[in-house]
Amino acid sequence: MELQAVLMAAGGGSRMMDLTYNTPKPLLPVGNKPLIWYPLNLLERVGFEEVIVITTKEVQKMISTDPKVKLDVKMKLDLVCIQEDADMGTADALRHIQQKVKTDVLVVSCDLITDAALHEVVDLFRAHNATLSMLMSKAHEFTETVPGQKGKKKTGEQRDFVGVDGTGKRLLFMANEADLDEGVVIRKSIMRKHPRMHIKTGLVDAHLYCLKKSVVDFLADNKSISSIRGELVPYLVRKQFSKSTNSPKVIDETHQNLKKNDSNVNLEIQISSRDEELLHLTQERSCWNDHRGDMSDAYHGGRLRCYVHIMDEGICYRVNTLAAYIEANRLAPKLFDEPAVHPSAVVSERCLIGADSIIGASCQISDKTSIKRSTIGVSTTVREKVKVTNSIIMHGVTIEEGCNIQGSVICSNAVIGRGADIKYCLVGSAQRIEPDAERTNEVIVGTDQLMEI
Amino acid sequence: MADCGEPDGPGNKDDITRSKNEGKELTKEEKQRLRKQKKHQKKQKERKNEKGPSETEKDKTPVSLLPPPQPVATQKAPSALPAPASAPIPVPASAPFHSSPAPSPADKPAKSKAELKAERRARQETDRAAKQPGSSSSGIKTKVPLSELNPVVKRLPEHVQVDDPAVVKRLAKKLERQQIPLRSDYGYKVSLFSHLHQYSRKAPLTQLLSIPSTVIHPSIVRLGLQYSQGIVAGSNARSVALLHAFKQVIRDYTTPPNEELSRDLVNKLKPYISFLNQCRPLSASMGNAIKYIKKEISNIPSQCKEEEAKTKLLTCIDRYIEEKIVLAAKAISKYAIEKISDGDVILVYGYSSLVNNILCEAFEKSRKFRVIVVDSRPRLEGREALRRLVQRGISCTYVLISALSYILPEVSKVFLGAHALLANGYVMSRVGTSQIALVARTYNVPVLVCCETYKFCERVQTDSFVSNELDDPDDLMVTRKGKTQLENWQDVSSLGLLNLVYDVTPPDFVDLVITDLGMIPCTSVPVVLRVKNLDQ
Repeated sequence: MELQAVLMAAGGGSRMMDLTYNTPKPLLPVGNKPLIWYPLNLLERVGFEEVIVITTKEVQKMISTDPKVKLDVKMKLDLVCIQEDADMGTADALRHIQQKVKTDVLVVSCDLITDAALHEVVDLFRAHNATLSMLMSKAHEFTETVPGQKGKKKTGEQRDFVGVDGTGKRLLFMANEADLDEGVVIRKSIMRKHPRMHIKTGLVDAHLYCLKKSVVDFLADNKSISSIRGELVPYLVRKQFSKSTNSPKVIDETHQNLKKNDSNVNLEIQISSRDEELLHLTQERSCWNDHRGDMSDAYHGGRLRCYVHIMDEGICYRVNTLAAYIEANRLAPKLFDEPAVHPSAVVSERCLIGADSIIGASCQISDKTSIKRSTIGVSTTVREKVKVTNSIIMHGVTIEEGCNIQGSVICSNAVIGRGADIKYCLVGSAQRIEPDAERTNEVIVGTDQLMEI
Repeated sequence: MADCGEPDGPGNKDDITRSKNEGKELTKEEKQRLRKQKKHQKKQKERKNEKGPSETEKDKTPVSLLPPPQPVATQKAPSALPAPASAPIPVPASAPFHSSPAPSPADKPAKSKAELKAERRARQETDRAAKQPGSSSSGIKTKVPLSELNPVVKRLPEHVQVDDPAVVKRLAKKLERQQIPLRSDYGYKVSLFSHLHQYSRKAPLTQLLSIPSTVIHPSIVRLGLQYSQGIVAGSNARSVALLHAFKQVIRDYTTPPNEELSRDLVNKLKPYISFLNQCRPLSASMGNAIKYIKKEISNIPSQCKEEEAKTKLLTCIDRYIEEKIVLAAKAISKYAIEKISDGDVILVYGYSSLVNNILCEAFEKSRKFRVIVVDSRPRLEGREALRRLVQRGISCTYVLISALSYILPEVSKVFLGAHALLANGYVMSRVGTSQIALVARTYNVPVLVCCETYKFCERVQTDSFVSNELDDPDDLMVTRKGKTQLENWQDVSSLGLLNLVYDVTPPDFVDLVITDLGMIPCTSVPVVLRVKNLDQ
């Protein structure tokens, strides 16, 4: 077997607590499908037959019991539960399943919605025998108004600085703005080997990583690394150019250093494979070099290599903020071919449903309603004379007559009273909006949720 | 059939064996006579040995005419032929050679194809068993006719018949059967070369495969990718990488129940080889390596345990690499260094791992010489050769091939590497090599070709059109000052980009071929091939 897929679905959605306090993030509906369906569909389309899904007990329960959450995937899902309150990072989760990992892994996050050609990422991983291969995309500006947002959006929050070489494939430098004190510091060894580096800031990390099995074993030994994105990836990128990985005498040093438990050396002995000499002979006889202009061999003799595939066009979203969630809902219909109006929905004759709206199963849409650019969830009731524009209505919502909902997100099981006028609001789960209410740009959530402090 | 009895036998047999030993092609009558003789011999043997199962023998002779003459049959025939004399069970091995089917095939539909196959297999087993204890005398005599009779049913390989839709359809069907995606051709092909495949590097074969590749072993997928992207390039490097991948395949292989390792593993390797062929056409050295491995696998005795068989195969592969590549390089360097004298100016073309090896060794042995590296677009492999030579401390000059006649008056010797040496003495090498040889000949500069024997190939070619490789035409595009002139070459209907990879150099331009067997003239290549075939 070549690759094992691991889907990280235990995240809490900390940046959109308003949405996720009742529904766990992997099960948030996007285009009337649970969020976790999108990466699973991506893996299935590419040809995976089984996936290890790391998730919480709550999610597992909901997947198996709740009829609304139908995953519709033919793959075999191996659900691994971790405690919610254990505060495990993604790397901790990988360490948790180290026993199940038999080959190289493809780690995907549950909030990734993309139509990328995965073979580009995996081809980089295969062809260059890389330790890490990841996917990034050019970030798109979110144009939709985000409900409940007061004031301008803070720009420049936590940018990522990504340095790639001339071909745009080899990853040379990765740092987050938060980790840099004053400026971007680049080591001279990197500049000597790659004099031309392109540093990009407008990239979205898709959180899709191909990792060698030796990295998972390395994680098992080094318990200090807890997050893949935050700690492991920058560590690997830095390690490409560190002196100990390039010296050929590493194997001798390991015997001396075993007692010291040097983490650097451990990674290296794990990376070297059998038949190293044949591979070395091949490289020696082959006339290929990845760079030119200096006297060193291909890859500068380094054995640890990190690659990135940067998508220029195509959809790639990480649904971890409210703005991304809204944007994803707009674009989700393009990713699958199901009809916009579910066949089991009862839609009356005299309502106006725009072409880019999605109506979920078992809905009841009454007369004289107008639904434009919106998503209506499963089992939602919409009474007469309701205007829904640019909104996301989740499951089980009841919208009484004469309401006007614009640019809002209404969470599941909410009830909007008659004649209410909701503009750019976020109505939390199971909330009731009293009739004839007028709310603009507010976040309406229950009092129990406010007790987060 | 029984008419050509005893009187024909001994006299003509001598004639035929004589002509075989001289290497002449057998004429049609001679072949027919040989066939009849063999049949007659067998019949006599049968009459002597077994009176009992004469019905089965009668059954078998008409039935064996049922399988139509296929190329498969000719391959089975060699294994059946070697011991016609010693087989206790009647082996009507000359049956597959019947071009005119005998009258009785139609009235034996009772025997199903599976039974026939089982019978044939049983026969082959007994042949193989009987072969071991020393039917060597008859073996040798009949082995020589084997290698000469094989070329009877020869087919053009599929990769040089791309403009024939029937062949393309057949290839597509074969790939579908093996569950390998078909790679589609790209761009307009120049009409002279429209019979060859032309692929684009931007459309790798992996986008049609499932990502955790289950049909094809992951190391083969990796190898195919590395071939198509040019990460592993060069005849020696490709062969070593191929054998390395095969080692991993063998390590991960488990014999399914009711199957034999010797047969099943060869069948497992076939789709992998097709896949690699789709990624990049196989080189002659790779072809020879594959033939060797297949032979080794099929020679594994059936009672051998799996673990033992696997370790045996792995050591075989290691030995092959060690002997044919590493030690051969050492031997060639030893011979070549004799030819390098102090004060020499040596011209090399492109990157040849062997020539580089020779020059580095010569430099170690403190010969004083300087090197001129000639390079050509679009591959510009000479830069890598230049880098490795300069890294050792050899003083080099670098020119492009357009400056060849300018630089040749300074040159005292030309060392060329080869991709393959063909059976008529032609040298197949990187495109541009024949130019270098031609110009060197006009300047009376000696041209020495260095080539290991495992790259010797039984093909015969006199021009570079018949069989070649077309690389990605987009490689010819170059961007200068931000402008790519050929960017929209596909829109111009009368423009075709041709990116050839190989060309053939006639033996008249080559003065010496340095192989691990010694220094031979170019015309002695067929002798080496024949000696090699006899050994095997």
